[in-house]
Amino acid sequence: MADSTAQDTYNYKVVRQFAVMTIVWGIVGMLVGVLIAAQLAWPALNFDLPWLTYGRLRPLHTNAVIFAFGGCALFATSYYVVQRTCHVRLFCDKLAAFTFWGWQLVILSAAITLPLGITTSKEYAELEWPIDILIAVVWVSYAIVFLGTIVKRRVRHIYVANWFFAGFILAVALLHIVNSAALPVSMWKSYSAYSGVQDAMVQWWYGHNAVGFFLTAGFLGIMYYFVPKQAGRPVYSYRLSVVHFWALIFTYMWAGPHHLHYTALPDWAQSLGMVFSLVLLAPSWGGMINGIMTLSGAWEKLRTDPVLRFLIVSVSFYGMSTFEGPMMSIKTVNALSHYTDWTIGHVHSGALGWVALVSLGAMYYMIPRLFGRELYSLRLVEVHFWVSTIGIVLYITAMWVAGIMQGLMWRAVNDDGTLTYSFVESVEAMHPFYVIRFLGGALFLLGTLVMAYNLWKSVAGARAYDAPVLAPSH
Amino acid sequence: MGNFSSGIWNIIIIVVTLGGLAACWLLTMKNTSGKTKAGETVGHTWDGDLQEYNNPLPRWWVNMFYLTIVFAVVYLLLYPGLGSNSMFLGWTQLTQYEEEMAAAEATYGPIFERYREQPIEKVAADQEALKIGRRLYATYCTGCHGSDAGGVRGFPNLRDGDWLWGGTPEAIETSISAGRNGMMPAWKDALGGDEGVRQVTQFVLTLAGRDADAAAAEQGKTKFGQFCAACHGAEGKGNPMLGAPNLTDDVWLYGGSAGTIEQTIALGRQGRMPAHGEFLGPAKVHLLAAYVYSLSK
Repeated sequence: MADSTAQDTYNYKVVRQFAVMTIVWGIVGMLVGVLIAAQLAWPALNFDLPWLTYGRLRPLHTNAVIFAFGGCALFATSYYVVQRTCHVRLFCDKLAAFTFWGWQLVILSAAITLPLGITTSKEYAELEWPIDILIAVVWVSYAIVFLGTIVKRRVRHIYVANWFFAGFILAVALLHIVNSAALPVSMWKSYSAYSGVQDAMVQWWYGHNAVGFFLTAGFLGIMYYFVPKQAGRPVYSYRLSVVHFWALIFTYMWAGPHHLHYTALPDWAQSLGMVFSLVLLAPSWGGMINGIMTLSGAWEKLRTDPVLRFLIVSVSFYGMSTFEGPMMSIKTVNALSHYTDWTIGHVHSGALGWVALVSLGAMYYMIPRLFGRELYSLRLVEVHFWVSTIGIVLYITAMWVAGIMQGLMWRAVNDDGTLTYSFVESVEAMHPFYVIRFLGGALFLLGTLVMAYNLWKSVAGARAYDAPVLAPSH
Repeated sequence: MGNFSSGIWNIIIIVVTLGGLAACWLLTMKNTSGKTKAGETVGHTWDGDLQEYNNPLPRWWVNMFYLTIVFAVVYLLLYPGLGSNSMFLGWTQLTQYEEEMAAAEATYGPIFERYREQPIEKVAADQEALKIGRRLYATYCTGCHGSDAGGVRGFPNLRDGDWLWGGTPEAIETSISAGRNGMMPAWKDALGGDEGVRQVTQFVLTLAGRDADAAAAEQGKTKFGQFCAACHGAEGKGNPMLGAPNLTDDVWLYGGSAGTIEQTIALGRQGRMPAHGEFLGPAKVHLLAAYVYSLSK
């Protein structure tokens, strides 16, 4: 190898920044989640302040955990992985720095405008048009930095994690720009460019692909690097990754209409949403198989390595929620589950079990290395693992029971055909489950605080560290 | 925008749908053929030690994928999905709804129907009928009037014997069936601003026998006669023909403090009871009217 490359280092600075903010925003987002969970059980906790009402804090929670916590985790890991698997320094340090500061500005704007009640009212796309424009600019810069790094790579083959990251970055750009198209009427108010059922369809095309690309494809990118690295084993099957990658990115694009079953959406669109959601099962499980089977021959590592356990359990939750999702898209099931807390349980088995656990596992791997340190305590990782897992199980089982109970109560009829329960009776019946859900969420937050302490002890006093660029093997 | 289900759109949807499913199948088939050995890597290495095996696709996984694709095709032959074509079952969600509603009507309709010819006073004394009425009330009325029918601010109490639009069985049935629109206009300008509003408010307080600023009430009395008496009556007893409330009792729909009354007079109020006749049908409305009538007895 040429001498010049030996002096090159990876750009760890931007990765460190995003990684640290992943933990910070994770705690903030989960804290807001725990607060609104408590509000559902004890409504007085909004203290009669408009800024603290459930309706304003709920989008703050979703935006904070998806785009602030999840977003920073994706930026951090994708920048780390693309440099290391392309064997080059990140393309354009300045633009990379801009994506960090720009993204933090987006998050800060969300944290201010949402409690003030400034919202487009489109789920997961609540931010108003000036912030949307900033998101688009930051995102296009992200694409340039990431794809620029791929272009200047020093290995011929592009590692599988990068396919998923690239797919996620391109799809999210498309989704965000199309769904956020709006006519501004003032600085902080705009109206969607679409109307009626078309608006609903565009929104859920966006909404479901926010799940499919932001929360799935991106995190599969994380899985494909950190699982084999932590396990010290090759990825199970290259050809499986090819098939499930293309099938996944094609099929996800169609699944949105299952959010609009039995609505004004034309029948044909509902049917397509349902059948493609079912077809999505196998491509989703392809990722799970590749993650879990990577461990085959090294299962005993799960006993001794709690970081690996985070990663593998996350993939198991991924498998579970990607079975549940297609099932809930079946019209007959959906007629019971839609509008109930079952949906909330489903989302959190994905969000806590899959997205959060895989991100946190990756952070345990990455953050000490970014500071040239070792992890402070494996024992605390163990504690974190069990506290979080119990939290997730409490959360999702409470929501399953609550959701199915709601669905059954709403459709129960007396022998004269009148409804057996008034709506408020179903609300009342939810109370114990809302308390359990609050406890589950609080446990998950507690686990994350343990992690923050552990990571703080790991890196406190460390100097900034940039690893030298590794020469390609061949 | 249209519904993308006519002319050329139909064809595009069919081609992309079936083409996509076929592509999934072919992609999988292509990757199951050809020899691969388990435990052999593809031969590339990234970042020091990252490698990939090229294990064959698990057979059960491939079969599951094929099965979902077959299901998709069969489903799309039976149910609408290939453009706007109605397909073999001729199913639509609208016909499903209509069939379910017709079946419910056939089963439950006669239960409600048998009370319809009876006068409301008689139905209101029938425990079986009241049980049905209470259930209907719990579904359709509690959202505004409360589960105890005690009402909340802006939504009348149904148990206190005080009726905006009349408490006869017929009046109650009409309120439920056709709805009501209460309209108190905004009087601030007509009354000459805040001072006029204050004077009328003071007079209204005297109507209910409450303490008031006597001088202001005296001036308010004239204005009341000019502007308010047309609906509320010269003595302020109200007029159920117009939904104008009695001002001499202690029932205040929007609150009875002097400040709230001033606000009501200055800015007006809009009260709206939605019409339920069309979607509940006369038999259920009849039962509901009997239940509500029974509440104030």
